[in-house]
Amino acid sequence: MSLQNLRAISAIYRFELHRFRRTLLTGLLVPVITTSLYFVVFGGAIGSRMTEVDGIPYAAFIVPGLIMMAMFTESIFNASFGIYMPKFTGTIYELLSAPVSAAETIIAYVGAAATKSLIVGMIIFLTAHLFVDVPVAHPFAMVGFMVLIAVSFCLFGFILGIWAQSFEQLQVIPLLLIMPMTFLGGAFYSVHMLAEPWRTVTLFNPIVYLISGFRWTFFGRGDVGIEFSLIFVAGMLAVCLAIIGWIFRTGYRLKK
Amino acid sequence: MASIIEISGLTKRYASGFEALKGVDLTIEEGEIFALLGPNGAGKTTMISIICGIARPTGGTINVAGHDIIRDYRGARTAIGLVPQELSTDQFERVIDTVTFSRGLFGKARNDAYVEKILRDLSLWDKRNSKILELSGGMKRRVMIAKALSHEPRVLFLDEPTAGVDVELRRDMWKLIGELRQTGVTIILTTHYIEEAEEMADRVGVINQGELMLVEDKTALMKKLGKKTLTVVLADPIDAVPPDLAEWDVTLGADGHEIEYIFDTQAERTGVSSLLRRLGDLGIGYKDINTRQSSLEDIFVSLVHQEKAA
Repeated sequence: MSLQNLRAISAIYRFELHRFRRTLLTGLLVPVITTSLYFVVFGGAIGSRMTEVDGIPYAAFIVPGLIMMAMFTESIFNASFGIYMPKFTGTIYELLSAPVSAAETIIAYVGAAATKSLIVGMIIFLTAHLFVDVPVAHPFAMVGFMVLIAVSFCLFGFILGIWAQSFEQLQVIPLLLIMPMTFLGGAFYSVHMLAEPWRTVTLFNPIVYLISGFRWTFFGRGDVGIEFSLIFVAGMLAVCLAIIGWIFRTGYRLKK
Repeated sequence: MASIIEISGLTKRYASGFEALKGVDLTIEEGEIFALLGPNGAGKTTMISIICGIARPTGGTINVAGHDIIRDYRGARTAIGLVPQELSTDQFERVIDTVTFSRGLFGKARNDAYVEKILRDLSLWDKRNSKILELSGGMKRRVMIAKALSHEPRVLFLDEPTAGVDVELRRDMWKLIGELRQTGVTIILTTHYIEEAEEMADRVGVINQGELMLVEDKTALMKKLGKKTLTVVLADPIDAVPPDLAEWDVTLGADGHEIEYIFDTQAERTGVSSLLRRLGDLGIGYKDINTRQSSLEDIFVSLVHQEKAA
């Protein structure tokens, strides 16, 4: 990759981060407040009656799920908005006419969105420490998992932003698909707490594997084996990259 | 002059089946101002979009500064600056940030002095810290030109630079384009105002329904503009131009019913009266005569109508 390519990537990356900085207060305060609310409601009210899940204090148990939930939402929202807005305002003409490859475009847009998503994830992690002691069994794996999740969901968001032709379409997937799947994916409970047949049904929800994997990095165990979680993350990355490759080859909803 | 853009056999068919371009061949010389003239929907914007990488060609090849726009898109696009028809800007960004961004996007190293020069040239320096949404329409157009020039392109595309702009701003824009050409940049502009093409262009191309119908030097067109055609409607048709009329270089029209003679209205002797006298001497009777000014508008309208009739 030449200097010219790096300059283009850095221009887009900094432009996107600059966009985030404009809404810094809401962008960072909202996750902190939301997390605190979850702790008050789940950790305080419910946690006081339900002391332990799989041998872990309930308030600590929900931390990985909370971080994952926020990162799913942030990643999809930031990445989809980042590419949808230029389409909506028409400024995408400049990106399309620039000497920039598909790979560079992805690295810049997804990189910027993932950066913000990681910052939000870390803020929630730190906020959680104000409420509860959270042990981290595998700190490097934890950070690595967060990066993988941020990148995968930003890629997914990027695809969504290219596909969407209205603000409503932009919202519909995160709200009607990802949000319910996250709630039903064990963000606030262990899959083992469910009775059959729901326990088996739940295993068809890919989000279960992602949350379980992230929980493993904290407590050394999850609802499913860590190898299954990694397979799902890798699978999601591969599918998203394949779709994006197809989008740039065919010009789908980007070029006439 | 060397050519900077070479288009050959360019076609574009949209998914709907609509053929926007039907085999366009065109060469643009470095340093010229080329006006692409045509009615709305003629294919002007489609052509520009393809050259700049915003739309895909169905067939044909395009070279920009010696780079194929598909195989070597980096080389081609680095040489191009584009100002599209729509005013599309990042409303919340400051003028100077958006221009600096464009330079980086096109892979050029940061150069604050150069960006300052562009903003000064475009009378935007005082507004450099303003958000784009605070600017007037004319100023926004200038910001888009500044963005397009930020990476020092060799070719600048201006798609309808004066569409929806009042007369005074249009004059400003013409002046600005004149100044830009002094810097050596090749300018291709599209317009449906004939006046605009006449005012600025070195060469004019007329496009209609996806076909390039005429490409000519503006001065050659202007010469035609300064000329009139005398039509003599004959009483009886003749088979050939009599040798005695050779010195007027007349042509026969309407199956021998008409003689056409093109003369320069500015000349001291137009040759009209002597021609008519000679006709009388030769005993060629005529029942009507008329003269007609041929303007770019005429040429344009007749080309467009021929196309529709065909």
